Amino acid sequence: MNRPVEQWASMVPVDDYAPTAFLDVRDLRIHFPTDDGLVKSVDGLSFTLERGRTLGIVGESGSGKSVTSLGILGLHKGQHARVSGQVWLDGEELVAASPEHVRRLRGKKMAMIFQDPLSALHPFYSIGDQIVEAYRVHNEVSKKQARTHAIDMLGRVGIPRPSERVDDYPHQFSGGMRQRAMIAMALSCDPELLIADEPTTALDVTVQAQILDLVRDLQAEFNSAVMIITHDLGVVAELADDILVMYAGKAVEQGSAREVFTAAEHPYTWGLLSSMPRLDRDRQDRLVPIAGSPPSLINVPEGCAFHPRCRFCELSAPLSLTEVPVMTETTPGHGVACHLEPAQRRRLWTEEVQPLL
Amino acid sequence: MTVSDVSPRPADAGAAQTPLLEVTGLTKHFPITRGVRRRQVGAVKAVDGIDFTVARGETLGLVGESGCGKTTTGRMLTRLEEPTGGRIIFDGRDITHLSTARMRPLRREVQMVFQDPYSSLNPRHTVGTIVGAPFRLQKVQTEHGTKRAVQDLLELVGLNPEHYNRYPHEFSGGQRQRIGIARALALRPKLIVADEPVSALDVSIQAQVINLLEDLQGEFGLTYVVIAHDLSVVRHIADRVAVMYLGHIVEIGPRQGVYERPQHPYTVALLSAVPVPDVTRRDNRERIRLQGDPPSPIDPPPACPFHTRCWKAQEVCRTVTPPLVEMAPGQRAACHFPENAPDGPYEPGTDSIVAPAS
Repeated sequence: MNRPVEQWASMVPVDDYAPTAFLDVRDLRIHFPTDDGLVKSVDGLSFTLERGRTLGIVGESGSGKSVTSLGILGLHKGQHARVSGQVWLDGEELVAASPEHVRRLRGKKMAMIFQDPLSALHPFYSIGDQIVEAYRVHNEVSKKQARTHAIDMLGRVGIPRPSERVDDYPHQFSGGMRQRAMIAMALSCDPELLIADEPTTALDVTVQAQILDLVRDLQAEFNSAVMIITHDLGVVAELADDILVMYAGKAVEQGSAREVFTAAEHPYTWGLLSSMPRLDRDRQDRLVPIAGSPPSLINVPEGCAFHPRCRFCELSAPLSLTEVPVMTETTPGHGVACHLEPAQRRRLWTEEVQPLL
Repeated sequence: MTVSDVSPRPADAGAAQTPLLEVTGLTKHFPITRGVRRRQVGAVKAVDGIDFTVARGETLGLVGESGCGKTTTGRMLTRLEEPTGGRIIFDGRDITHLSTARMRPLRREVQMVFQDPYSSLNPRHTVGTIVGAPFRLQKVQTEHGTKRAVQDLLELVGLNPEHYNRYPHEFSGGQRQRIGIARALALRPKLIVADEPVSALDVSIQAQVINLLEDLQGEFGLTYVVIAHDLSVVRHIADRVAVMYLGHIVEIGPRQGVYERPQHPYTVALLSAVPVPDVTRRDNRERIRLQGDPPSPIDPPPACPFHTRCWKAQEVCRTVTPPLVEMAPGQRAACHFPENAPDGPYEPGTDSIVAPAS
């Protein structure tokens, strides 16, 4: 993720240079006009992703992470959403492209694994039918060939006796198997970009481990770019090469997984790390939660959206109350959007946050 | 924080020694019927003979994956389900088969906090009505009136007492969970069964609610049974942990023992599967990959329930049910070939895939 410093800023002119990365998102904004006001779900997001690498997008409810993934897939096109910015996928720009064009790319070039397979899969059609349909939309093959391919995919994702189970309905699979079936469907057309939105939240921990291993293996096999969206820092640590932390529709921290975990720079990231009970550390007497709750996306706080919940707000006041912080690079490849001085941040991290982790 | 005016019941001098909850051979089989006459053709053996005790003031964590029977166990403890076998002794009284009328006064002492903060509160009632319902249903008079008692409770759990007249949909998930906790606390119960109290909440809110539960336990001397699948949360909050698999308790013991020196292979696999937020451990983590899915509780495997997925299974595991035996002080496991008993502490090593022994 080695971008020149000026590319971090969310207000940079977006069409000044050709995209170099496989997936290049620039100043993406997705706003929904509603009766209560404009919901700014995604408000100036920029990041890149290469094939063969995994990006973990971390955030809680209302951070805009799911809307981001749906936006990249073009699923907000033609709806009431106002989408601006650019999404470059393998040299093609998608935001300005027609819905028809993007629809042809979905499934083939980019695919998605949803959070709850029971609601994402059609209950009236067998798993085999659903995979066959997806495959035949993008490939000129006979039904028989498509069915063979479907059985092959089910076998690849670890479903036992695939030739028998291909005709089963989603409700006849267990949770883990359903998720595998959805992965089979997503991968049936060899997509180059795979987006997984909370793929294991609904699953038991041993099944989660199997699914994460599967995604990792399949990524190595297909050399796909993987975007995994989750609130679980453990999952992100397992899978992601790079991490992007989102809060209230904006990116607050970006960097390699190693950097973000060992030298996090944003108070929100610190809050996430401190508030999780961890199996790999000594048990603390008390967790350190982040005060308050995530903000409404209609009434995002002035200035830094995180300031009402930030423990260190006074140290950067009054700037944090009036000006939106801009993403700036602190160490190579590591960016943060915060008004605190870099030296101050590092001191706080080493003295106050890290010892408690 | 002001404390509600419900008069505390006098402490029983000898009660400090006896456990608050004693469960023996607890069983719940749900019948499967077929045909017009609904004759029973099988049973879902949700809980299949479990024993445990909970001391006063302690927190027992009940962990396991979907289908292991932990939620059914919790519902039996609060008598939302009636056991089909075994006994539950609460505070010296056998409550296993008490009638609804007999059970009613006991509901002051045993309360439940539910998993889903969205469906566990009646959307047509105000918060004041919801939290005040226990007073009304149990016909409890308070010194300054129910409204005042409810407002005190709201403040206790960190909510604004002025929101007395708001409806559940006006609150966030974390706040609704606090409302559920306030309702459970209203009559100062002795035991609270919390079924996945934080799993539906965001990470930063989870920490707030966990801290709240701990503070309340200290302040009111509560006893908790916390049912959860999140092992990190249970490790933080529980004093003792019971691991369930397919309706059985496979391991039970003090938190530190179970987490640091797990004895049952299933516990070992469960702990190794939890993703830890440490990037440096990614490459050299021992991960035990269990093959396949858990068997159905309609047709559980004979003898040891875990033998179909266990990498150490031998012939004896298929024929002789392992008893729950003490392998380390206070820690019991049901296994013929336990881990960690003589082999030393559990440590991460190289990655290994293990298939069930056949």
